[in-house]
Amino acid sequence: MSDDPAAEPVIVTARGVEKHFGDLQVLKGIDLTVRKGEVVVIVGASGSGKTTFIRCINHLERIQKGRIEVNGHLIGYRERNGQLVEDSERNIARQRCEIGMVFQLFNLFPHLTALENIIEAPIHVRKIPREEALRTGRALLARVGLAEKEDTYPTQLSGGQQQRVAIARALAMRPALMLFDEPTSALDPEMIGEVLDVMKELAREGMTMIVVSHEMGFAREVANRVIMMHGGRIIEDAPPEQFFTAPAHERTAAFLSRVISRKE
Amino acid sequence: MNFEWGVFWEYLFRPSSVYLHGLWLTLSISVISQGFGTLLGLFIALARISKHHVLQVPARIFVWGFRGTPLLVQIVFIYTGLAAANIFRFEDINLGFAVLPGNMQAGILALTLNEAAYMAEIIRAGINSVAIGQTEASKSLGMTYGLYMRRIILPQAARVVVPPLGNEFNSMLKNTTLLSVIGVPELLLATQMVTSVTFRVFELYMVVACYYLTLTTLWGFVQQRLETRFGDPATAASRKLGQKGYRRLFGFGQIGEPR
Repeated sequence: MSDDPAAEPVIVTARGVEKHFGDLQVLKGIDLTVRKGEVVVIVGASGSGKTTFIRCINHLERIQKGRIEVNGHLIGYRERNGQLVEDSERNIARQRCEIGMVFQLFNLFPHLTALENIIEAPIHVRKIPREEALRTGRALLARVGLAEKEDTYPTQLSGGQQQRVAIARALAMRPALMLFDEPTSALDPEMIGEVLDVMKELAREGMTMIVVSHEMGFAREVANRVIMMHGGRIIEDAPPEQFFTAPAHERTAAFLSRVISRKE
Repeated sequence: MNFEWGVFWEYLFRPSSVYLHGLWLTLSISVISQGFGTLLGLFIALARISKHHVLQVPARIFVWGFRGTPLLVQIVFIYTGLAAANIFRFEDINLGFAVLPGNMQAGILALTLNEAAYMAEIIRAGINSVAIGQTEASKSLGMTYGLYMRRIILPQAARVVVPPLGNEFNSMLKNTTLLSVIGVPELLLATQMVTSVTFRVFELYMVVACYYLTLTTLWGFVQQRLETRFGDPATAASRKLGQKGYRRLFGFGQIGEPR
């Protein structure tokens, strides 16, 4: 990231994003801009819409209003006569290649080894030659500290190891943006650190990241901006120093005191 | 009791050509019908779980109809019923190397359609057993429906589908006997033809039972191989391959290995 963050190109733009599940409105107009190299951590109570929102960014969820652009491409929809209509499956898939996602429950493919998990999409989606995919795959496994586990199946790996493979799998597509949906929430406490370390390393290398997480330490240390969501809206968007010491919104202060007192 | 062991052994070990032909028909009709039935069942299962009503509704009706009526009725309806109503008459087809009689075509068609209905439900259950997160992970990596079905979902569904598939083929081997009513000279009709000449009914039905038992037993071994092949690769890699054959045969075997 250069000295002036505002000079970096915009990777994600969300404008007036609204989402309903039936009668329940979970997103009530989200506006967000994320620039290249930024790490944005989204916090908030469960039910605040944070997970739903990042799932909208790669169109795992449809939206009913507003628009989301990643790298200048409108996600999930195309414009026809001034109306937004859902895009073709092929186009949506192509857009998703630019967006890596890491899930709370890892979602590794259990019938494939660690290395096969990583090379599956590069070979069959990106059409990269197998040899090259294997080379990059092994390098990625080494990068997440699992070089010796390439022939291991997911069920034989610990949760922390599975999540590191899942990160490597997403990175293998060379995405412009990485989404993390509560990546450490399903992990035993002693494994959280190893996953966060990989994410910190990624942030240092300049990856653009949107992270939904309850890890306040990570947010404080790594994030450029911390966002508080409440009731389907963004109520606070501030650099970590300000967010944790002088939150503008009383709900943020209440949330922080709850989370921090729970930790101690 | 009047049981001649000589006749029993004679037919068991030195079967006449009518018998052997019947055995061959039973086996080939079963394999063909199971193969096409499984393939058709796969497409019906995919239609059944599709979001589109134009696919879903016909698939539902198909499964409802073919599972809700007796197979014997379906066989007679397709061969005799359609012909009697002047809708369609199955004619013999010359394949060059052999002639495929009309009744056999109708029989294979009926068995295939019936099997497809059952396989559709089995495959649907298999696909539904794969966690939704697998589809989401596939999509997030830019995979399209055809690709993730083929490479990610179906291989995992196979683990759930193969054991009941084995049961289905076992039933199929025996269901072919129903084709005797439309004159397909499979194993049962072949036996009837021999008994009508020799009057050794008891012995010959014992022989035919032994034949079916041999077929289903051999299939048991094949099924075991299939279950290992499509089982959990992690379990397969960590344990020594192969459960004792007799365990499978007499049903002591576990279907799902505990983790």
